[in-house]
Amino acid sequence: MTDLLPLIVAKYNYWLYVILMMIGLYAMIAKNNLIKKVVGMNIFQTAIILFYVSIGYKKDATIPIIQNAHGGHDAHAAVIHAIDYINPLPHVLMLTAIVVSVATFGVAMALAVRIYQRYQTLEEDELRMRLSE
Amino acid sequence: MDNYPVLIVVAPLLAALFAGLAVWIEERLSYPIALTGLAISVFSAFNVLMQVITSGPIQYRMAGWAPPMGIEYRIDLLNAMVLLMVSGIGLLNLVASYKSVKQETYDRAPSFYIVYLLFMTGLLGVTATGDLFNLYVLIEITSLTSYAMVAMGDRDRGPLASLNYVFIGVIGASFYLLGVGYLYMQTGSLNMADVAIILQSHQGSSIVLTAFILCIIGLWIKMAFFPMHVWLPNAYSYSPIAFARVVAPLMTKVMVYVMIRLMITVFGLDYIFKSPFFADAVVWLASVAIIFGAVMALAQKNLKKMLTYIIVCEIGYMVGGAWMGNQLGMTGAILHILNDALMTFAMFLAVGNIVYKLKDVELSNLTGLFGKMPWTMAGFVLAAFSIIGVPPTCGFFSKWYLILGAFEKGAYHFAAALVISSLICAVLFFRVFEICFFSPPSENSGHKESHSHVAMAEAPISMLIVSGFVSLSLIVVGLYSGTIVNTIIIPFLK
Amino acid sequence: MLYGTADFPDWGDPSSPASTHLSDYYIEKTIEDTQVPNIVTSVLADYRGFDTMFETAVIFTAGLACFLLLRDFRGKKERFYRHKPTGVILHIKDGKKILAVGKEFEHMDKDWVPSDLIIKTVCRILIPFIQIYAMYVVAHGDFSPGGGFQGGVIFGSSLILLAISYDLKTLVKRIKEKVLGIFAALGVLIYVGIAAICMPMGGNFLDYSKLAPLVPGDPHHVRALGMLGVEIGVGFAVMAVMAIIYINIVSEGRHDEGL
Repeated sequence: MTDLLPLIVAKYNYWLYVILMMIGLYAMIAKNNLIKKVVGMNIFQTAIILFYVSIGYKKDATIPIIQNAHGGHDAHAAVIHAIDYINPLPHVLMLTAIVVSVATFGVAMALAVRIYQRYQTLEEDELRMRLSE
Repeated sequence: MDNYPVLIVVAPLLAALFAGLAVWIEERLSYPIALTGLAISVFSAFNVLMQVITSGPIQYRMAGWAPPMGIEYRIDLLNAMVLLMVSGIGLLNLVASYKSVKQETYDRAPSFYIVYLLFMTGLLGVTATGDLFNLYVLIEITSLTSYAMVAMGDRDRGPLASLNYVFIGVIGASFYLLGVGYLYMQTGSLNMADVAIILQSHQGSSIVLTAFILCIIGLWIKMAFFPMHVWLPNAYSYSPIAFARVVAPLMTKVMVYVMIRLMITVFGLDYIFKSPFFADAVVWLASVAIIFGAVMALAQKNLKKMLTYIIVCEIGYMVGGAWMGNQLGMTGAILHILNDALMTFAMFLAVGNIVYKLKDVELSNLTGLFGKMPWTMAGFVLAAFSIIGVPPTCGFFSKWYLILGAFEKGAYHFAAALVISSLICAVLFFRVFEICFFSPPSENSGHKESHSHVAMAEAPISMLIVSGFVSLSLIVVGLYSGTIVNTIIIPFLK
Repeated sequence: MLYGTADFPDWGDPSSPASTHLSDYYIEKTIEDTQVPNIVTSVLADYRGFDTMFETAVIFTAGLACFLLLRDFRGKKERFYRHKPTGVILHIKDGKKILAVGKEFEHMDKDWVPSDLIIKTVCRILIPFIQIYAMYVVAHGDFSPGGGFQGGVIFGSSLILLAISYDLKTLVKRIKEKVLGIFAALGVLIYVGIAAICMPMGGNFLDYSKLAPLVPGDPHHVRALGMLGVEIGVGFAVMAVMAIIYINIVSEGRHDEGL
């Protein structure tokens, strides 16, 4: 236990993401309402985004936009230290992942609308009953 | 021209966009645009394959950046073969499906072609790319398009099957993404070759192990490997037949390709087979998958559903072969990617022709089909023989390699599962033949003499030609499988 | 999964492998290579531009999928009209009878109440500013946080605001479905087109630096300009797709009434 506590404190961001992810997964598997499942799916994806973004964080660093770069070619003279800026790559990747998750969310919503149009319900047990009729 | 590798992927994408613009001007333009796009893609894929065979792997740098910084396409023998297979099947299916798209999707045919092209873009991109994250984005394109397609099929059950597919597909893709995140954390790189080099110094790390497990589980979900297969039968059997014909042979096979690519190129076979326990467990699971798929197929009453369970069974062959840990097993798995794609495609082409005429493929409705559609049924029989594994057809050869691999490793349960499933498939298909050949046509089809002279009611000629071509290719590929193994697979594995 | 975290580097550790291998290269070389101070933009649109191209294709696919799944071209059976001078509401059950909407009659939704005058006025004033801000976000993405996706989303949300504060018909009347569809395809096409032009110019796919002869001005800035062009394409596509998804979902594909 004494070993575990500092471990958790130093890496609490990773623990948080795992917890969030499990919440999402639980909602996706256990909930009865399809919209709740879709929301669970979104939480699940957001947890992964949190994970990636926290990989990119560096202590005492600023956002990855290089300052004083408007001066054109003089800017080359100023030395840029990588340690002053946080890692841009995870942010780029997550921009992509966010877009993908929004797209998936949109399609899932459209499907839910279609299902509602057809069966007038979004509860899974009712749908199953309708289907077995 | 040096730009062939990227043209394979971008040509269908460009065609999709032009078709998207053309829809608003003249709807009928979208079909020829789609054909052109895929034809360019096939042409480039063929050129790339020739180039790779003569002068070794090709590296293509996007935007000219050197590999770990930018995204790179790295095309070696395995890629090139799968690329040609995917684009070829995509083009042939497009030729065959003009009529059935019209029949099944009514006024939405142009949109169908756009989605179809995007789907092909995704599959081709997944195959060509050498970047872990790029792979994820492209997997998502294929998944999104297949969600839409599945929902377009059966009016009643399509959307629900599709929504379940969305949930499971998202879990699979997210696991893969998470695995890539772990890898990135350990190595700081996303390029496959670069990651592989860095990983050699991190063999014992628990992060790498977790990353490996997450990636592989994500891919298994996507390819419908046995315990994660539940989404596949519903999703594939409710989608429109023109799409089922291409998604059934290609989607799962491309995912198997990705798995093999990760195993060989990224993690390295030495890493994976260091502890024999894990590989043994996977081979056992594959055996169970094979038996389960075959038995479930036997229990189905609908031809489409039956075939989808056979896909589950075939996935077991490939995963088992790849995890055998010896060269014979891997050869069998790779050869089976090609063969299984071809034979599933041939099978679904025949089923597509039947659906076009009968609307419904419950086994009990198939009576008297040999008389009604002799050419279609000839294709069906050839495909069935190939799936069972009757010698001159290609299915036999890959199964032969798989069994040899199993004996070399001593995994007799896998060999036994292979033989048993082949026998079950034989029973299964002969039952279908019996219904189609011997049972008289059902009463409601009309007058008394119908038993003796059934009117020929064949599918359109374009569908028949493609079906015949693919079925014959089963035998040709079978006869030349020695050449394929010697020029493509063995050099690749060396 | 928690087992894996034991070997993780601590949070915010600047010497973790993830923050040293590639990211240092990006941070230190971006200005030299591309003249773009916003590293996220330069990685997004240049180093990893190929990813972003497919990302835009994903957006396009999502819009297309919503359209495909939901769009319903059949007219509705019931219609409601209000006679403007008297305020009498007509309920027409025959789908074929269509009243001319104009000075005398106006369309009405079944269970929707027109928004307050205050809401309408405030939104009418706000929307142009939101749109200008969106364009700024797109155009200034090279220098400050922002870019095609963000700008496109802001622009799209201004359209959605119009639909919420007035009603869906106003939006559909202002921007035709056809225009949205063309914008969505055109946006992605701008991206792929810029990328593809680089091939006949002698470069690899997406290699903006080969575009220099086509663009006037300092050849050093050509990569930045290429990125800007690409971002504009992304902005178009995202804007159109946002609106398409919204319109189709709220009206269940009929494009007549909704939130």
